Amino acid sequence: MNNSNVIYGINGPVVTVREADSFEMMEMVHVGTQKLVGEVIGITDSLTTIQVYEETTGLRPGDPVEGTGAPMNVTLGPGIIDNIFDGIERPLKAIEEQSGAFIKRGARVSPLDEDKLWNVTVTAREGDELKGGDIYAVLPETPIIEHRVMVHPRLSGKVIKAMPDGNYRVNDTICVIEDEYGERHDLTLCQQWPIRTSRPVKERLTPSIPLITGQRIMDTLFPIAKGGTAAIPGGFGTGKTMNQHQLAKWCDADIIIYVGCGERGNEMSQVLEEFSELIDPKSNRPMTDRTVLIANTSNMPVAAREASIYTGITLAEYYRDMGYHVAMMADSTSRWAEALREISGRLEEMPAEEGFPAYLPSRLAEFYERGGRAEVLSGGEGSVTLIGAVSPQGSDFSEPVTQNTKRFTRVFWALDKSLAYARHYPAINWINSYSEYFNDLDPWFRENLGDDFIEYRNRINALLQEENSLMEIVKLIGADVLPDDQKLVIETARVIRVGFLQQNAFHADDTYVPLEKQKLMMKTILYLHSRAKEVVDREIPISAITKLGLFDKLTKMKYDIPNSKPEMFDDYIKDIDEQIGLLLGIGGSADGN
Amino acid sequence: MVIDYVGVKEINGSLIVMDGVKGVSYEEIVDIKLDNGTSRQGRVVQIEGERIVVQVFEGTRQISLKNTKTRLMGRPMEMPLAPEIVGRVLDGAGRPIDGLGDIFPKERRNINGTPINPVSRVYPKNYINTGISTIDTLMTLIRGQKLPIFSGSGMSHNDLAVQIVRQAKISGADSTNFGVVFAAMGVQKDVAEYFRKSFEESGVLSRVVMLLNLSNDPIIERTLTPRCALTVAEYLAFELDMHILVIMTDMTSYAEALREFSSSKGEIPGRKGYPGYLYSDLASLYERAGMIKGHPGSVTQIPILTMPNDDITHPIPDLTGYITEGQIVLDRALQGQGLYPPVSVLPSLSRLMKDGIGEGYTRGDHQALANQLFASYAKVIDARSLASVIGEEELSPIDKKYIEFGKLFESRFVNQGFNENRSIEQSLDLGWELLGTLPRSELDRVDDALLNIYYKGKEG
Repeated sequence: MNNSNVIYGINGPVVTVREADSFEMMEMVHVGTQKLVGEVIGITDSLTTIQVYEETTGLRPGDPVEGTGAPMNVTLGPGIIDNIFDGIERPLKAIEEQSGAFIKRGARVSPLDEDKLWNVTVTAREGDELKGGDIYAVLPETPIIEHRVMVHPRLSGKVIKAMPDGNYRVNDTICVIEDEYGERHDLTLCQQWPIRTSRPVKERLTPSIPLITGQRIMDTLFPIAKGGTAAIPGGFGTGKTMNQHQLAKWCDADIIIYVGCGERGNEMSQVLEEFSELIDPKSNRPMTDRTVLIANTSNMPVAAREASIYTGITLAEYYRDMGYHVAMMADSTSRWAEALREISGRLEEMPAEEGFPAYLPSRLAEFYERGGRAEVLSGGEGSVTLIGAVSPQGSDFSEPVTQNTKRFTRVFWALDKSLAYARHYPAINWINSYSEYFNDLDPWFRENLGDDFIEYRNRINALLQEENSLMEIVKLIGADVLPDDQKLVIETARVIRVGFLQQNAFHADDTYVPLEKQKLMMKTILYLHSRAKEVVDREIPISAITKLGLFDKLTKMKYDIPNSKPEMFDDYIKDIDEQIGLLLGIGGSADGN
Repeated sequence: MVIDYVGVKEINGSLIVMDGVKGVSYEEIVDIKLDNGTSRQGRVVQIEGERIVVQVFEGTRQISLKNTKTRLMGRPMEMPLAPEIVGRVLDGAGRPIDGLGDIFPKERRNINGTPINPVSRVYPKNYINTGISTIDTLMTLIRGQKLPIFSGSGMSHNDLAVQIVRQAKISGADSTNFGVVFAAMGVQKDVAEYFRKSFEESGVLSRVVMLLNLSNDPIIERTLTPRCALTVAEYLAFELDMHILVIMTDMTSYAEALREFSSSKGEIPGRKGYPGYLYSDLASLYERAGMIKGHPGSVTQIPILTMPNDDITHPIPDLTGYITEGQIVLDRALQGQGLYPPVSVLPSLSRLMKDGIGEGYTRGDHQALANQLFASYAKVIDARSLASVIGEEELSPIDKKYIEFGKLFESRFVNQGFNENRSIEQSLDLGWELLGTLPRSELDRVDDALLNIYYKGKEG
């Protein structure tokens, strides 16, 4: 390594070095006397360009720049879960201990706790042939997550020494393997991986299992697969973050990676607080036992914000390789795109649309392609589901980040300002949103919930579409002039909107609704609709039905029927039958008059 | 070793370029002496070998290529701080202008501050009672929050800010540990004077730090004003354990100053000519609100911005809304009807509200009532747009009820006197009273138990 490289120019987070030929593209470097972390992002024969992940105030020309000889890496090993990192995998709690409540520059902390002893069970035996991705030791990382220590994907060989079971630190040698060239490698509990390179898998699988979120509109109308990709676009105040929190809390992934990329500090402290108090219903353990947080708030350095997304996805892939289903929430990818734009501007690159660099689409594609369900190297199955929030400028979905994200994601949960203004949450617009996973997931739904689930979903969807076109007329001339059968559509659609699509994240039962209850809710609403249709077909005025209060009763069933008592739906059906039956009886005679 | 560099190489807008400068550090402060004896301050904003670009805070007027001596100060821009700063009036770069002499500093702090570690933050939960019905009930201000007022030229945002300062009751704050930091950026002398007078009348003037960069003051200085103000606020809050309310007006002028600086530096412009880093730059200001573990003090921000052409999708309000924890939006139509404060209820929001209200903070029914008021008022807007097409006469009876509710809501709930201080109970009760004009079956956001207690309509 060449130690004679010094800073030549400084402009914001971008630092240049003149006449250096020892740097590699994307190499991690240490800049200045405080050894700020940076990355090489451009090389010409006269000038090397470096983006620095920390504030550059106070740097001087002539300060040293040292290469590390390796690309921007993260350390992967036990201790990641239940931790909170900044954008370049520095644990924020350790930084707090070192420098107090305000983050000082040049903090040098190791990503994982190097002193903690882990109770390791060594599964490899001397003489075993191990290849990349094979598991050679396991340890309980948290009470619910077993950490499976894997051979680095680029290593393989024969185990010539395996330590006995016992307590080890992350950097202790567990195994020694000898590769085909006779070279020996010490295997510890951790490994390094460059954040911008995706980790290899054996084979990609089609995403055919849904990620169950317990959120009705997401599960039934716009489902996402495990290993799928989704975008949540919405202007400010439409509830992107709220939706991301709900997903992180309730989706049935094994591990959650939550990346707060350029978002609010108070929001991150809320996540920290809520997740440690919240008990996961499946494991009865705090949410934090399966969660990793990456917090690079909007006032933290912009280059680290750009890296935070890659750090997050690399951690996600690492746990996928152990055979887990991982869901990564990125809030928000627009901030990441803006970081790209900011750095691109400092490099004086030719801007494309709206000042974003021309490579924005390819970067987005690279990121979303790292999601997916796969057979992992050790033979099991794992997945990475990517859910990215998008904050469109001026709430305009035609801006480049939203449009390009749309191309590379297959679920689009469009948040709607007018729904949010009316406090209809989740404010997902059912007309503009879509999911491309129906074909992949329908077999699963058929098998686990029956054919009728899909039928209900389609009918609910059709009613909402019909209401949408009717509302065009209503907006012009009012609802009174519609014929009764169309009024019925509007009434039922209201029940669907208020009673089914609206979901209260602060209500103990309503915050997470099992699929079975979702199905029964749809069934009951549709049942009332078809019975009411009978009444209307007999030319009995619709007001006779609305007077019964059945529609209002159904809008409140989400609160009135506890998740644990699905049998109560039978009473609802019975009640509908009785009341409508009565009406049909009376109505019949009224017809005769 | 101190070297004076004589002359400059290039002058462009507020920037000067110098060559042959050695040992300079990024963002260092420089002192520029002109031949006529005056001196100016500047900051190093770009370095390329020995060529540096310096931003001159007071502007480059009268600077020639030869008539300056520039000295590197060897430190970044710092703010002198002492407890005695409370009650002082400073210029936009933090220098006293009230004739009471220099501040004898206990310490100096870099005005850029450093980011608060997210794990050290305390999640804000204590509400601030402002005595204004719309704000307290529907977009509750929380201690440690940043809640901007989105306004337009000619609207009563200044009155609203003054009323908030006068009436705000922060739990845990009293006359000994409550303070206001007021940063004026590019506002007119009259406006600054109005604020000063109002502070005086409400008896808080001795607890206010004012930083004034008026509309005729140098534009580049304006980019420093909020940073100096927040450095003062952080010092008072986290060193002296005070509860600080920071009012920054007008953020639009600030952003425009930033744009001017950026374009004279020849940077690639982003949206509407604003620099690509506008988001990060605004965030570095707004994110300095909050509370920290182990410190009783707090920084609450109320930035005021005038939306150009009342356009909420303009980059400044747009990016601000993505950083701040909600917004209070003022509406010209309401203002036109003579309502005060003209708060447009539907687009306004407080993100921290949900955890700071309810049992133990305000009252158990608060959240449900707020949801219902929002939902019902949204229906008022629908009914009005329908009425504008088919006429009010043709509306269904229920839509007519909504029109009626809308009128009452605006004239009694939104509208309130400049000196009227309503308690939270009064505001909540008023909300229920107005909801009583709607049939009970329309109140679908409130459960029956609460309706039984609070519903005041005729229907049972």
